[in-house]
Amino acid sequence: MEKKLNHVAVPSSEITPQREYISRRDFLKAMGIVTAASLLAACAPQDPTTNPPVTGAPDRPLGLPPQMDELGTQSNTFEEITNYNNYYEFSTDKGAVASLSQGFRTRPWTVEVGGLVHKPKTFDIEELLQFEQVERVYRLRCVEAWSMVIPWTGFELNRLLREVEPMSSAKYVRFVTIQDEEQMPGLSSRFYPWPYTEGLRLDEAMHRLTLMATGLYGQPLPNPNGSPLRLVVPWKYGFKSIKAIVRIELTKELPETFWNDIAPQEYGFYSNVNPQVDHPRWTQSSERRIGELSRRETLMFNGYGEEVASLYSNMNLSVNY
Amino acid sequence: MKKKRITWLQVSIHLLGWLPLARIVLDYYSNALTINPIQEVTQRLGRLAAYFLIASLAATPLHTLFGWREMLKRRRALGLYAFMYASLHALMFIGVDYGFNLGELNTILLKKPYALMGMTTFFILLPLAITSFKWFMKKMGRGWINLHQLVYLAAVVDIIHYAWAKKGNLLALSGDILQPLLLGILVVLLLVLRIPPVRRWASGFRQKFSRQRRILKKT
Repeated sequence: MEKKLNHVAVPSSEITPQREYISRRDFLKAMGIVTAASLLAACAPQDPTTNPPVTGAPDRPLGLPPQMDELGTQSNTFEEITNYNNYYEFSTDKGAVASLSQGFRTRPWTVEVGGLVHKPKTFDIEELLQFEQVERVYRLRCVEAWSMVIPWTGFELNRLLREVEPMSSAKYVRFVTIQDEEQMPGLSSRFYPWPYTEGLRLDEAMHRLTLMATGLYGQPLPNPNGSPLRLVVPWKYGFKSIKAIVRIELTKELPETFWNDIAPQEYGFYSNVNPQVDHPRWTQSSERRIGELSRRETLMFNGYGEEVASLYSNMNLSVNY
Repeated sequence: MKKKRITWLQVSIHLLGWLPLARIVLDYYSNALTINPIQEVTQRLGRLAAYFLIASLAATPLHTLFGWREMLKRRRALGLYAFMYASLHALMFIGVDYGFNLGELNTILLKKPYALMGMTTFFILLPLAITSFKWFMKKMGRGWINLHQLVYLAAVVDIIHYAWAKKGNLLALSGDILQPLLLGILVVLLLVLRIPPVRRWASGFRQKFSRQRRILKKT
């Protein structure tokens, strides 16, 4: 298993020479997980009803580790992360989302969690913000072949799912984005199957790396990035990481997902980052890291193979793309 | 010898030809090319190439429909601007985006349909640009006209290239296809207006209309 992975992945030595093998424990540490206490203290006295404007780099709270991913790459800037967003509910123009989403209201906000669970519950966003918050510096690889490194804060999705107690018949998790025509001008386009929906297999959803992001750079999640609550699945293409979630549902059947519905041959349910399986119309073997001039090679599972490859050990990844 | 006069149409076309390029340079120096400038410039250049290609295709129908004779003389300038932006677009993709990485470019240009379509468009436009001088026109005679009719194919292939480079499905009318769809409809319209019966009908309609206007003026 491990061996097989080494064949497909670009050895990390190629990216950061002289770097030693990272043990699982160090991997966690390197990912920059901090305790709830220090984080809550760092961003406590904010007015929760308004998000900070998306310009101006925020001061990094003291005590946080450097905003570096475990491969040693510095995070993209706050400006970059908040001014280049695929968020079609507002606009198909990645540069226009920041201004169009500026007045988006993220309070009051509730998230309905139901389906095949023993304890269905509608959570208020404030309740979810009480869950243990961690910081994760993740690479985000867009299917359009650009990427960023982003210091998210949030909680592990498994924390939320355990709360509602999935039934043994639950196999998948379905997520739904808010569909508010008044606030989201992009929803008037008839070319898309609104609302945006996404899905994960239950074991993917329960995985330790699967994050419900509530902030970035230690600040409440900015609107263009999916405020107040978005999914982050770092080993999958960015479109799987659904934004502004209002409903989570556990299902028996594989849920329909937005891009898969639009072009099933092009956007599979799994959509794991995979340099060997090309999108039918363009290549996925390399990517442009925002802020860099030359392209980088794309890593198998976006560099998270060590953690997640076992989820797919019996699957043919060119069939289950 | 007749003195050549510079017309407003000529001036406008050349302004429209160079202003977008100046804008890109300006935006580069004022950091207004988004967070992903290479992609932004590549895409802008590609769109500009498509716009000029379509504008050059519009010349004949504009004459057919409105009797705008001068447009026919401006086809060459419009076509050459299309070629200029197509070349810059290709250079940006191959040279700046992929840094002339031939290994990777090979697989992309030969295996990826959207890139293949873009390359095809470029290689159709190339001989048309080269033979755009009067000298070739005289030298080649009837062959010149046949060769330059390839521009119809270039426009169709270019629209497919545009649609395939976007996240969507043109045939299913879903996804991010609004712009390629609109440009595609325009290209189809401009091509249909060249089909001889349609063309005769359209110019007959125009002549009848102008005759009526003349009669109205007299009375």
